[in-house]
Amino acid sequence: MKHCLVVDDSSVIRKVARRILEELEFEISEAEDGLKALELCRQRMPDAILLDWNMPEMDGLEFLLALRKEEGGGAPIVVFCTTENDVAHITRAIRAGANEYIMKPFDKDIVEAKFQEAGLL
Amino acid sequence: MIASQFEYLQQFLKSRSGLVLSNEKQYLVESRLLPVARRHGLSSLSELVQAMQKPGATQIATDVVEAMTTNESFFFRDGTPFQLFRETMLPAMIKARADRRTIRIWCAAASTGQEPYSLAICLKEAAHKLAGIRVEIIATDLSSEVLDKARNGIYSQFEVQRGLPIQTLLKYFTQKGDLWQINADLRAMVQWRKLNLLESFAGLGTFDIVFCRNVLIYFDQPTKVDVLQRIARGIAPDGYLVLGAAETVVGLTDAFRPVPGLRGLYQTGQAGPSAATPRPRLSVAG
Repeated sequence: MKHCLVVDDSSVIRKVARRILEELEFEISEAEDGLKALELCRQRMPDAILLDWNMPEMDGLEFLLALRKEEGGGAPIVVFCTTENDVAHITRAIRAGANEYIMKPFDKDIVEAKFQEAGLL
Repeated sequence: MIASQFEYLQQFLKSRSGLVLSNEKQYLVESRLLPVARRHGLSSLSELVQAMQKPGATQIATDVVEAMTTNESFFFRDGTPFQLFRETMLPAMIKARADRRTIRIWCAAASTGQEPYSLAICLKEAAHKLAGIRVEIIATDLSSEVLDKARNGIYSQFEVQRGLPIQTLLKYFTQKGDLWQINADLRAMVQWRKLNLLESFAGLGTFDIVFCRNVLIYFDQPTKVDVLQRIARGIAPDGYLVLGAAETVVGLTDAFRPVPGLRGLYQTGQAGPSAATPRPRLSVAG
């Protein structure tokens, strides 16, 4: 079973994402900001990370840049999932090492399609 | 809606579009046609059917056909056909059409354009392999409303997130507020025509690759056979037909044979084993 870390400051979004990803047979961990996500990654590197952008403590982009510098941090497939839906944001995320990008709002079809694009399914 | 009105709808849709509406599809009729009724200031399906039967009700009739036959589509739907296009059909055709220097593709149920544009994207990415061979994509659909949307190439955030990798989106689309428009150079690669598959399509000419996905499933047996046989006449002897994942020619017609090992691909079988080699030109290329 692949392990996906869901990083979002909204518990509602984390719950929705968890439900969708569990249906796609992922084991789920959750973190409410980038800092907590980084700690979890240091303990156990996930296969995939569904990542919000705007969060307190450490935002998604800062987290991604830090993750990619960690030992083994190049491995997880990172899928941004954010309301930031303009080309400038998307480009920054890709340059920072994101593999895919979901523009909120999302549904199961989109998550499934994007995880497929990213080679996770 | 009373039974005789549902029967009228069934007969009307069968004759106008080939759509076979089974009795258990009442829910589909309601969800698709109530908005049409409302648009025409009518409050029920009953009133809508009555209005359709009045002389001169062409607009209502067209709207009903379009609402019932329009189907959701997404970019690179099902994946495999596009992989087969890139890896099998296109290389074979580039080789076989080295002399004629034109490859003709037909999307026979193009809907809102995702399929022809997905092919256009594949062609853009394979441009270096085409070595100057011209590729025509003719996209047809029954519905003019759908074709207008396809021609504009403007899609919602939802539509562009189903099937398009983010890098592809950034490369070939331009953001317009919350919408995304496919770039003009890709739009220029597709020619759009309104066409009902029940009517003759001989005028479109001969094609090397025909995508006819997820439309035959709505037809009854004789209509499927008729459409397939007419496609066979409009396809080059070494050309390919692509059907939807749930469709087949097997048991319907021997005009096409499945290509062994390549799911969803069919050939007329007239070209023999040397299909991939250039053959003498029988027609005058323009």
